[in-house]
Amino acid sequence: MAYLHEFRDRKSAQALLSTIRNESRPDRDYRLMEFCGGHTHAIWRYGLREALPDNIRFIHGPGCPVCVLPISRIDMARTIASFPGVLLASYGDTLRVPASGGRSLLHSKAGGADVRMVLSTLDCLRLARENPGKTVVFFAIGFETTTPPTAVAILEAKRQGIPNFRVFSNHVLTPAALRSLLLDTTPEKQVRIDGFIGPSHVSSIIGTLPYEPIVREFSKPLVIAGFEPLDVLLAVLMLIRQINDGRAELENEYTRVVTPSGNPEARALVDRVFTLRESFEWRGLGLIPNSALAIRPAFRDFDAEDLFSVSCPSVSDPRVCECPDILRGIKTPEECRVFGTVCTPENPVGSCMVSSEGACAAAYTYGVRRTPDLEVRP
Amino acid sequence: MKTRLIELAHGSGGKATDDLVTEVFFRAFNNPALNRKNDQALLDLPPGRIVMACDSHVITPLFFPGGDIGTLSVTGTINDVAMAGAVPVALSAAFILEEGFPVDDLERIAASMAREAREAGVPIVTGDTKVVEKGSGDGVFISTTGIGVVPEGLVLSGDRCRPGDRLLVSGTIGDHGMALLAFREGMSFDPPLLSDCQSLHQLVGRMVEGVPSIRCLRDPTRGGVGAALNEWAAQSGVGIRIREESLPIRETVFSACELLGLDPLYMANEGKLLAVCPPEDAERLLEIMKSHPQGQNAAIIGEIVEDRGHFVEVETLMGGTRLLHWIHGDQLPRIC
Repeated sequence: MAYLHEFRDRKSAQALLSTIRNESRPDRDYRLMEFCGGHTHAIWRYGLREALPDNIRFIHGPGCPVCVLPISRIDMARTIASFPGVLLASYGDTLRVPASGGRSLLHSKAGGADVRMVLSTLDCLRLARENPGKTVVFFAIGFETTTPPTAVAILEAKRQGIPNFRVFSNHVLTPAALRSLLLDTTPEKQVRIDGFIGPSHVSSIIGTLPYEPIVREFSKPLVIAGFEPLDVLLAVLMLIRQINDGRAELENEYTRVVTPSGNPEARALVDRVFTLRESFEWRGLGLIPNSALAIRPAFRDFDAEDLFSVSCPSVSDPRVCECPDILRGIKTPEECRVFGTVCTPENPVGSCMVSSEGACAAAYTYGVRRTPDLEVRP
Repeated sequence: MKTRLIELAHGSGGKATDDLVTEVFFRAFNNPALNRKNDQALLDLPPGRIVMACDSHVITPLFFPGGDIGTLSVTGTINDVAMAGAVPVALSAAFILEEGFPVDDLERIAASMAREAREAGVPIVTGDTKVVEKGSGDGVFISTTGIGVVPEGLVLSGDRCRPGDRLLVSGTIGDHGMALLAFREGMSFDPPLLSDCQSLHQLVGRMVEGVPSIRCLRDPTRGGVGAALNEWAAQSGVGIRIREESLPIRETVFSACELLGLDPLYMANEGKLLAVCPPEDAERLLEIMKSHPQGQNAAIIGEIVEDRGHFVEVETLMGGTRLLHWIHGDQLPRIC
């Protein structure tokens, strides 16, 4: 595999860190939002926060696929899983996210529902072939990165004539969420962001072009960056230079993967199978117009929502849980009262504590020292 | 024997059980203590204190690159015994078979166990066979118990780590866990990923002979190096600091972990050990380990420190630090 070590080279990192120290102005701070959970993970995993000067602040964004899944959609998945003859499959972390009453799909599984973890959508097709007496429902979640594989599964199911395969689509769109964050002018939801570290893998599919109108409209610098530690550091430097120069441009650090137009084949597949939803609920961000994908009527035979017509009411997060504010960057994980005490990866209260890409899980896993008497000191 | 399937009668204790045990297990394991056909084995033990360990083996798939459930059931228990610094002496093996399990597969598993036991010089001296109805098991479960003898004067225990002590690992980490994951998911790598399952008592013998001051040994199986170090930190009431840079990791395992978003520090190993010794003995211990075929890639990876919170910390490649907590449940591949 290429580029395994190059983007973790300690010497290059030290050189970059020293350039950042030299070029960042001590008389101001730089508040940078990393949109993706992958970046959040890298920042904690490599200890970048402490390696950088104190006046460079990371504000964790909403780009963690399971974190933004609203409780109502998980309730719907739990309802579908409870129907006789249904086998519901999804990616690992999705099964652990608590929904109404703190119950997750793993609770459904323990209660007798047939719930499976899969690594690939093609595993679902295999499950459908192996279990002809069951309806295999793929609980599809994720941003633009995970959508093409779902499209492929549906097209393959059609081609191979697999009648017992359905998709419960919860695929969401990154640029819409970014816009919604910047559009919200409610005073208590205002959070100053000087620039964005833009999505990595998502951009390999959609390219850089979809961010251009946002950068223009809101005059915020955005640098698309990879998930390796040197990628993040270089993106930080590029943002600092833009901010110092008073520029607000779209730049691409991740040139070894991301092109302006992305991956046209993948986008064509998605376009063939999916269509825009008028509006979709995001955890923490509320209803966002044109922010999610539904399955096109031409493929309704594979649409779980068409078959089951389940609906669950919108549910607020538990009162003690600050996930909504954490997903918007208004609060840090450490500012949540239950962080690390009541809410831990073993026993998550909110979605941000579930996946390794969640801000709370990353902060807890790599950063929190708990003394034996359970006192939490970040 | 023709292609046959396990039937409930094979667990009845009657003639069918006797036939199966004779044809499969006695033939494969063949040793004097077992061949007396008693319900227990009578053993002559060398002087020293007795160590006893047991391990139950449930694994999917039963056969994997680098081994099978049989190999694992022997090496796993031998290693648990050996980590006390003991010389393993004998093993027992209990089988829970699922109705409908192919006898051919059972023979293949028994042959692996016999081969591993013979090479290790640790006979399987007693055993048991039960059969459960179809649907109540997963092919075959194997539970093995081992006993061994610890030489006088040697005390190895996880509560003996002291600040300043050095931490060593005997070779590349994560091989077993990643080989299984890749095999289950149909991913192939070049060179292919193989489980590292192997009996480590000979390496241990050399280590405790050369450096009797070793504080403790552990084979980081499920939960990987991360779990083993957190266990030691809690047992000894210390902190542990490791350097990411010094961890021996095979390039293919590293690539696969990167591809899936997994941490090799939490991947299972079945043929590696961690050792803690006083700082002044670390270089000599490393030399002894490296001179043994099972320790060629050994490395000093960190040290024991004072820490009231008993944390395990990793100095990252970037020069930062991060915590290495216990892992809750299994690692899950990243989604995005």
